[in-house]
Amino acid sequence: MATDMTSQPAIPHRATPDRAAIDQIRGGRKLGRYALLTVMAVIVLFPIYVMVVGALKPGTKVLDQPLLPSNFTLQTLKDAWRDGHLGRALYNSAIVSVVVTFAQVITSILAAYAFVFLKFPGRNILFAIFLGTLLVPLEATLTVNRRTIQNFGWLNSYKGLTVPFLATAFGIFLIRQVFLTIPKEMREAASMDGLGHIGFLREVAVPLSRPTIGALALFGFLTSWNQYLWPVLVTTDSKYNTVQTGLKALKLASLSQPNLVIAGTVIVALPIFIVLIAFQRQLVRGLTAGAVKG
Amino acid sequence: MTRISAKRRWRDSGLALLMLGPSGIILGMFVIYPLVKAVILGRQRCNPTGSCPTTGGWRQYVDAFRSNEFQDALIVTLKYALITVPIGLVLGIGLAVLADKYIKGIGIFRTIFSSTVATSVAVASVMWFFLLNPNVGVLADWIGGVAKTPGLLQSPSTALWAVSASSIWANLGFTFIVVTAALQSVPKDLYESAYVDGAGGFTRFTNVTVPIVSPVLLFVTVVLTARAFEGYGEIDLLTGGGPKAKTTTITYLAYGKGLPTSIDDGLRATVTVLLFFVLLVLALVQFRGLEKRVHYGN
Repeated sequence: MATDMTSQPAIPHRATPDRAAIDQIRGGRKLGRYALLTVMAVIVLFPIYVMVVGALKPGTKVLDQPLLPSNFTLQTLKDAWRDGHLGRALYNSAIVSVVVTFAQVITSILAAYAFVFLKFPGRNILFAIFLGTLLVPLEATLTVNRRTIQNFGWLNSYKGLTVPFLATAFGIFLIRQVFLTIPKEMREAASMDGLGHIGFLREVAVPLSRPTIGALALFGFLTSWNQYLWPVLVTTDSKYNTVQTGLKALKLASLSQPNLVIAGTVIVALPIFIVLIAFQRQLVRGLTAGAVKG
Repeated sequence: MTRISAKRRWRDSGLALLMLGPSGIILGMFVIYPLVKAVILGRQRCNPTGSCPTTGGWRQYVDAFRSNEFQDALIVTLKYALITVPIGLVLGIGLAVLADKYIKGIGIFRTIFSSTVATSVAVASVMWFFLLNPNVGVLADWIGGVAKTPGLLQSPSTALWAVSASSIWANLGFTFIVVTAALQSVPKDLYESAYVDGAGGFTRFTNVTVPIVSPVLLFVTVVLTARAFEGYGEIDLLTGGGPKAKTTTITYLAYGKGLPTSIDDGLRATVTVLLFFVLLVLALVQFRGLEKRVHYGN
């Protein structure tokens, strides 16, 4: 499934007549396809375009001719950054997402290893229970989790924002699927050579699973970065706003200044755009991982 | 041989405990325990300080399910799913098919079609809030009429459609990426043999492409449906559940501002447990109904 979305298949097309007739589009049809692609691209990009144009205008000009760039300025972005405390929000989101991602990768690898390479009583039942947690919608657990976090005295803290998400059955399942493809003979051979479980995990299992671990990391990071309801429930102090709740706060505070909110949206969206363009391959793998049969 | 493996069975147990411990503790404390606890809490009524002195018993679930508020929210949620899932699927698949064949510059189009996956629910919702805003929004000016007064998000007859537009747009990148990856994995020689057998373009699509990508389509359908049922951020930022509760979905009924559930954890638990069961039934129906038509290779 590691399909590269940006380039054509590595194998060059053979110029047999059949193949050419199937694979290639020529002349008028080709032009038609470009036209259709362009129309769709304009529609999809339209909301983003309007935001970016608005964010680069001074506040007084944002309403006249909203579709055309004019009076270019970075002042609106600067104001939004300051008024929305977006630096702080970006910092919080980065801390929370990095901690959650890192922890999910570690806990998933450890648990997956135990399920695949260790023999212990109750293994299958335990795995079924772990997997069963995937059926529970997040929203069904948040009420009680909020009470738990409150009892721990963790409201308005990084602990409250991260601890419930340090492990995920999705990650365990995903890594287990790759570990299962490692031949058992390799483990036996390594054992003969005196390599223990930890050594085998570090030197063989993890290096062989790197693409999937990368996909899990990106998926975990995105999910954590995009969390909305949980931060709303466990933070009231704006010091702990993530970018999502920060944007909500900016929207409520600056209703009369749409340009500020628009600029804030652009600032908040930008880091993830960059991350996703850099990690396109892992993203495809991460998003399609749920569709694998097994 | 058997004696050795029996010994080994237990020898690994200590290590297994260490390796499963971290995940086990987190999943136990923050998924399994809260689910069980929510079922119990859902029988109680709590006050705003968080203590839950009164018990309504299991009847609380029946009463909540039958209440007008829940029934209305269930209908809104079903409508929301029935709008966003089919339209989102058709658009996502359409774009993926359109951008599937290699022509010069296709990479740029693919990146554009994937781009909305980078917008979080907050970013997408705030964007659309301003696009649709009757005073400052571009779309409102173009569409006119109800889009100007009172506004698409403010009119009871259009609010859910307006929220749906935002959500369809936000999910488009996800659907496009997953379907594109599936299309790319279809073996090319299958097309060739179908072509040799005289199958036209449309027949090749329905008889070769669709069966092979069907597990992925099932997956996308299930994910999009779950997102519609669990949607909260878009409702919170676009409409606040209004006007006249026309956009109050089940999840918003549980967690929205100014609702009875916001000061009563018991009632909130009742609604979320009901949501869990609705989703469970839905998942069963989807897999039962679609599994038959889904083709798994080998």
